[in-house]
Amino acid sequence: MREMIINELSQALHEIARGFAHFLPRLIVMLILAFAGWVIAYVVKAVLRSILRLIKFDKLSENAGASQLLTKAALPTATEMLSRFVFWVTWIGFILLGVSVLGILGLQEHVARFFLFLPRLFVAIFILFVGLLAASFFSRAALLAAVNANVPSPRVLSLAVRTIIIVFVLSIVFEELGLAEQTMLVAFGIAFGALMLGLAIAFGMGGRDLARRFLERKFVRAKKEENEDELSPL
Amino acid sequence: MAEESFLTDDFLRQLINVGEVDILVGLPTHNNAKTIGSIVHTIQSGILRGFPRERAVIINADGGSRDGTPELVTGVSIDDARPASKLYALRTLHSVSTKYASSPASGVAFRTILAAAELLRAKACVVMSPESVNIEPEWISKLLRPIYSDGFDLVTPTYRRHKFEGLLITNLLYPMTRALYGLRIREAYSPEFGFSGRFGSHFLAQNAWQDGSDGAGAELRFTLAAITGRYRICQSFLGEKIHIERSAANLVPALRQTAGALFSALEPDFPAWSDVTGSQPPPTNGADHEALLDPLRVNRKRLREMFSTGVAELESVLQSILSPSTSAELQRIARLGEEEFHYSTELWARTVYEFAASYQKSVISRDHIIQALAPLFRGRALTFLLDNRNASAEDVENSIEGLCLEFETLKPYLLQLWKSRE
Repeated sequence: MREMIINELSQALHEIARGFAHFLPRLIVMLILAFAGWVIAYVVKAVLRSILRLIKFDKLSENAGASQLLTKAALPTATEMLSRFVFWVTWIGFILLGVSVLGILGLQEHVARFFLFLPRLFVAIFILFVGLLAASFFSRAALLAAVNANVPSPRVLSLAVRTIIIVFVLSIVFEELGLAEQTMLVAFGIAFGALMLGLAIAFGMGGRDLARRFLERKFVRAKKEENEDELSPL
Repeated sequence: MAEESFLTDDFLRQLINVGEVDILVGLPTHNNAKTIGSIVHTIQSGILRGFPRERAVIINADGGSRDGTPELVTGVSIDDARPASKLYALRTLHSVSTKYASSPASGVAFRTILAAAELLRAKACVVMSPESVNIEPEWISKLLRPIYSDGFDLVTPTYRRHKFEGLLITNLLYPMTRALYGLRIREAYSPEFGFSGRFGSHFLAQNAWQDGSDGAGAELRFTLAAITGRYRICQSFLGEKIHIERSAANLVPALRQTAGALFSALEPDFPAWSDVTGSQPPPTNGADHEALLDPLRVNRKRLREMFSTGVAELESVLQSILSPSTSAELQRIARLGEEEFHYSTELWARTVYEFAASYQKSVISRDHIIQALAPLFRGRALTFLLDNRNASAEDVENSIEGLCLEFETLKPYLLQLWKSRE
């Protein structure tokens, strides 16, 4: 009996030792990959930061309105944010690569999914940035056109243009990420419908006085001003 | 001769039939049927009177008229002009029309005229506006003679105008071009001007249209190219300038063609303007300005409202273009009533220079920068109207001169802004 127990124990110890001896090189490889990943991620971050500074990415982000959002949230500059993001994505990528080397079956599937998700993540970030730029450009264009045409409440018009574009962009971003597609679709439908209904009600009821004043200014003054000379700028 | 490639085959064929010419009259048009007949008559009379022995051609560059304007240009017979002038041309006066596009673009029309002038080896050319209803036959001689006989390369017009007409010219374009380029050209952007064939070819070779734009403000760039290229420039007094339509609603397009073209020329022209100090008047035939003082009813309240609304609503846009001190000062005057309202010459010059520097830095879309200038210009126009309400022609001229000197004094500020961008 005693001998049996000793045998079993020594066999178990042997198996543990064999398993550990089998696992140890993989663990070392994983640690090496994690360390190499950190170095590579750090270099990528430094290079990317220099490139972004060179192309004045902060200025672009300011134009897109992203910088203001970051400042309000007490976050670093857009260049710093993007550099750090790329650093972490690269490093996590290497760590996960190392984890897959360990050969743990359940984890390998998740690692593969992560790498498949990366291109979509980058595309989504790109769409978001371009969308913010477009929202900023078109809302400013609407504001300037409204001011120069003497349209009442130009900022409301500008804000409406910005909101509509951002809602569209966010819906595309979520679709690209594949996150809660059904929920997003329903939410987008409800939000867009509510916006249009709100605008219709606001224009029809809330904006009654505004519309009357606008029409009065447009037509009554036009009559009054028929006798006034227009100055040619050129 | 690469420019001929954008001309249509039919137009080229017509030009070949014309052969070489001495005088070329360019006439850009777009739906000008109401006035074009009498304008072509006047041009023909002008040629008969001033240049009866020279080979001449009228080139009509049309931007897709739908009212038969090109047919009217080519259909006008020189015989109709003869009885009035009692003179006979010793050469054939050709009229050629081409449609350069289906929508009007003054820059493209001008390019077409320049290319035709080069192909026909014209010695002296003149561009006439189809909208000047009071054009006289003498205008042709006044714009062409200095080129044809006296060896000048560019003749810009001066006009008799109402003291409150052309405020964009008197309050921005004239003071700024004068301060920067050192030459007191009153009408650097004008629909009528004369030029020599050699200068036309030089400008055509500069490929000002390579940026893919329709050449908006090409007329102004033409004048600036003459200054920077050290071509011989003079002015000729034409008489009263009357537009068919007076419209303040065209302010933004007018700003694009003048301020936009001037701001965009500043970077390539930097070596030419950065060292210039003071200014000199060019040789001028006749008066270099004349002002009409008839009473004019202008809606000052609306001008002030549009200025104040613009400054308030565009606060964030203006903050990205202007310095904090200029922006704060504009916010302050935007709150003033009409009686206390005053947009000083110093503040206006500083505003324009800061806009020019921001345009160069492209702090936001360049077209948005130009659009943001419109409400501020209305504020400056209001101050000019208030200051000169009861002013004599001399007082108005002194007021413009004061503004010009302010632009000249503040030129180092523009240079400082220019250097800071680097």
